[in-house]
Amino acid sequence: MKKLMLGNEAVARGLYEAGVKVVSSYPGTPSTEITEFAAKYDEIYCEWAPNEKVACEVAFGASLRGVRSACAMKHVGLNVAADPLFTLSYTGVNGGMVIFVADDPAMHSSQNEQDSRHYAIAAKVPMLEPSDSAEAKAFVKAAFEISEEFDTPVIVRMCTRIAHSQAAVELEDRQEHALPAYEKNPQKYIMAPANAIRRHPFVEERTRKIAELGETSPLNRVEIGGTEMGIICSGTCYQYVKEVFGNTVSVLKLGIVNPLPTKIIKDFAANVDKLYVVEELDGIIETHLNTIGVPCVGKELFSNIGEFNQTTIRAAFGLPQPENVTLETEVPVRPPVMCAGCPHRGLFYTLSKHKITCLGDIGCYTLGSAAPLFALDSTLCMGASVSGLHGFNKAGGADSEKKTVCVIGDSTFMHSGMTGLVNVAYNGSNSTVIILDNSITGMTGHQQNPTTGYNIKGDPALAVNLEALCHSIGIERVRVVDPYNLKECEEVILEELAADAPSVIISRRPCMLLKYVKAKPPVTVNKDKCIGCRQCMKLGCPAISFKDKKATVDPTQCVGCDVCTQLCRFGAIEKGDR
Amino acid sequence: METKNVMIVGVGGQGSLLASKLLGALLVAEGYDVKVSEVHGMSQRGGSVVTYVRFGDNVYSPVIAQGEADFIVSFEKIEAARYAANLRKDGKIIVNSQMIDPMPVITGAAQYPENVLDELRDKGVFVDEIDALSLAQQAGNAKSVNIVLMGRLAKYFHIEKEKWIEAIKNTVKPQFVEVNLKAFELGYNF
Repeated sequence: MKKLMLGNEAVARGLYEAGVKVVSSYPGTPSTEITEFAAKYDEIYCEWAPNEKVACEVAFGASLRGVRSACAMKHVGLNVAADPLFTLSYTGVNGGMVIFVADDPAMHSSQNEQDSRHYAIAAKVPMLEPSDSAEAKAFVKAAFEISEEFDTPVIVRMCTRIAHSQAAVELEDRQEHALPAYEKNPQKYIMAPANAIRRHPFVEERTRKIAELGETSPLNRVEIGGTEMGIICSGTCYQYVKEVFGNTVSVLKLGIVNPLPTKIIKDFAANVDKLYVVEELDGIIETHLNTIGVPCVGKELFSNIGEFNQTTIRAAFGLPQPENVTLETEVPVRPPVMCAGCPHRGLFYTLSKHKITCLGDIGCYTLGSAAPLFALDSTLCMGASVSGLHGFNKAGGADSEKKTVCVIGDSTFMHSGMTGLVNVAYNGSNSTVIILDNSITGMTGHQQNPTTGYNIKGDPALAVNLEALCHSIGIERVRVVDPYNLKECEEVILEELAADAPSVIISRRPCMLLKYVKAKPPVTVNKDKCIGCRQCMKLGCPAISFKDKKATVDPTQCVGCDVCTQLCRFGAIEKGDR
Repeated sequence: METKNVMIVGVGGQGSLLASKLLGALLVAEGYDVKVSEVHGMSQRGGSVVTYVRFGDNVYSPVIAQGEADFIVSFEKIEAARYAANLRKDGKIIVNSQMIDPMPVITGAAQYPENVLDELRDKGVFVDEIDALSLAQQAGNAKSVNIVLMGRLAKYFHIEKEKWIEAIKNTVKPQFVEVNLKAFELGYNF
């Protein structure tokens, strides 16, 4: 039976069919649905871990115990999981273990466009790269076979256009594997120097053997289409090349992108007049060709920035583009915005009003950096707001402590904000840390986390008590505010900034998009009272616009959060009937 | 058969994913090779969203590039213009006349270009503008704008109406079938 599946859903199906028992992940676009779909199979134990390092280590533990395991993350998540990854390469696996990493060329929802292939090379682990949903499922199974045959973790590299594209997938049955007896093997799994030094030659030999596998594996394949031109590519680039050239050029499609083969590349090169490499992001295949002495054209024609499509390929090869229409009118951009009723808005308004410097973090609240709030000063990586604030205050002294805060979401705080807060307490800066607790992991599409009280299946789970946690770290001043209450927010922020002690303000209100959160009737603008001062426009609420010199509220968007009614000095914005 | 391309564009939260799900299911049932490409995450939050639906004998690329779209179905007026460069010379635009101000317009940094559809028509583009929001409300649920627009698309499509109706029944939740079938008819017959 064929079914249309997202690349990520196909990966989950592959995990099911491969008999995987344990999956641990931290959500991150475009990887999130892998674990969400895997959790729908009762045969697989799935969980949201607090971060990618924990997830990777959980998968390691499951592998050590002898079952097939996996973890999934976005590209920057692999930075967090890099520590276990590099030494996992040395220990190898017991049950097969696969790490899924989703790159995001063009940064649809990311803070950088790093190329994860560098990690496979640096950690000396094999990496596979599928080019559509059907391959995604097939490659999952191949990855587990390679993992077990060669005693190695395997990385499967996804990207946005594979992860979030639906294509037909043929469903097959699950292969169950019995739980083997556990056998202790300290020489292999205790990576103290004396053991690790013996494992390193194994790793080098393994890489050589997997490169050999790549010479004959069906995962790497040649499609003959003439001798004039040959193109080497992998993943989504293969699809763009085929779309433009069909079967008129020869293609070497690489499914194993680390280690790269040598012989089939040389043979392929010998059979074509001119050889090209088409790869998004960095010129990794091209560098390999340079190393093995095969002349090719790659980054000379193709950028290492952003993602490609058919237009990119045609332009690079000087082919005509299809005719199209161009408009003279400039269409204003439509950037993503914080939703109407977003609990973050009132808090950001207050920070912005008092011109408070604010170090930001990763989540929906990054949107607070945009017009008209302009509330943020920095966004680096998960958790960096808290540790960054401490450094900022140590550098700026008492003056800085009185007018600087950081904001971090509940999930991001669990991920890697806690350790920064320990540093604030331990090394003593009078920093004011604001936890934006909206009771969910928001930006990635509503995943549970250790503070929400539910697990990935939606079943009740133990919830971390943020107040008690902050107290136990050593923060005595812990305040809780409702971000819909502007006056309370303002008072507490100013008090905590003035205090000569580190403090945490928990801004607590569930995300407006959560199913259990009920909207209130929309507010209305009394046109007689509205003088057109535009004060309400400073909120950047998508439900409020300005027509005929008066504010107007879109009743289909407004959820009655009443933040704007508190702002209007003329009482022109009236609460809806309730 | 040459690959056909449909772009579904709009504003995050308008329900374009359900439209692409319906179209994808219909085309798979018709026996085509199909690819549907979406972007999740950041772009859902009221930003401009685009979904690509491609079908034919053998579809390679998951995305629709410049000058390739046979249809652009737009849930909002200026979103149709934003992606117009992707339309084929003889392609068709089906557009909901609803206007949703983007943030630069709300903050006063930009003007809403109300006449973009006229400019497209002046350039010879086929534009079918319908008030899908009113029709959806008439059907009984403002959220069925997506199915009204699919109904309109069906009028220009080569697949029989009955197949669409069947696909709707298989795609939407049982309690919403009736209102969505009404929405489909209103779009189709407008």
